[in-house]
Amino acid sequence: MEVLEQPTELLEQFAHGELDAFESLFRQFQSQVYGWIIRIVREPGVAEDLTIETFWRIYRARARFDPARSFGAWARRIATNVALDHLKSGYAKAASSETSLSDDSSRVVPLDPGIRRDIRERTEHAFRHLPAKLRLVATLALIEERPYKEIAEGLNISEGAVKTRVFRALRLLRKRLHQLGVEP
Amino acid sequence: MNEQNYENIEKLLKKAAAPVNPELQRDLWPHMLRRLEERQAGVPWFDWALLGLLILWLVISPRAIPVLLYHL
Repeated sequence: MEVLEQPTELLEQFAHGELDAFESLFRQFQSQVYGWIIRIVREPGVAEDLTIETFWRIYRARARFDPARSFGAWARRIATNVALDHLKSGYAKAASSETSLSDDSSRVVPLDPGIRRDIRERTEHAFRHLPAKLRLVATLALIEERPYKEIAEGLNISEGAVKTRVFRALRLLRKRLHQLGVEP
Repeated sequence: MNEQNYENIEKLLKKAAAPVNPELQRDLWPHMLRRLEERQAGVPWFDWALLGLLILWLVISPRAIPVLLYHL
């Protein structure tokens, strides 16, 4: 996600609670925040709701925002936390039992025909049962192929920690796929 | 885990996951504005707690009522 820099004056107005400044920032950053969240949750409706939730948290925390820092990077960290909360929530677990990595009615790109249906289902099952923190990192790093640096900034952790989580996710996936009779 | 395993799992994951469209299809500001209005219209819980404490104080010591009125 490209991070746009904002004039300090606008950020100061936002920090002081001016609604016009917040609207201006919302309109500039809503696409970026949505684009980041949809890559994690993979459901457009949910991603829209979580984008609103992200900006609600941003608005509530405005007094703690330092106008000298990047608004985009701050927004991305909050968006990541919101998406992570969603993945951890019971709602996400219930939803994931009905929807999946590939169950997205609004998608425009068809599923890859080069994979058998049962293999896809077992892979999705194994992936859904990863811990939320690992699932988030694995989605961004392995499926979306986002740079480790970008993921690290979004999660406010080091690149080394991202690599560790990717490795742990892969190790767990291999174990679970093996249990499900899939040998990658 | 060897490198080949890593790559195979990665390929499997990519095949199992359909790409998503990262473009936002509509302006979300009207929804945001509604959310702001809904939340601002509600009275925060601590305001109710303060009101409760005030009523309790006045019940316990009714002599405080004139003092309170004087300061209002």
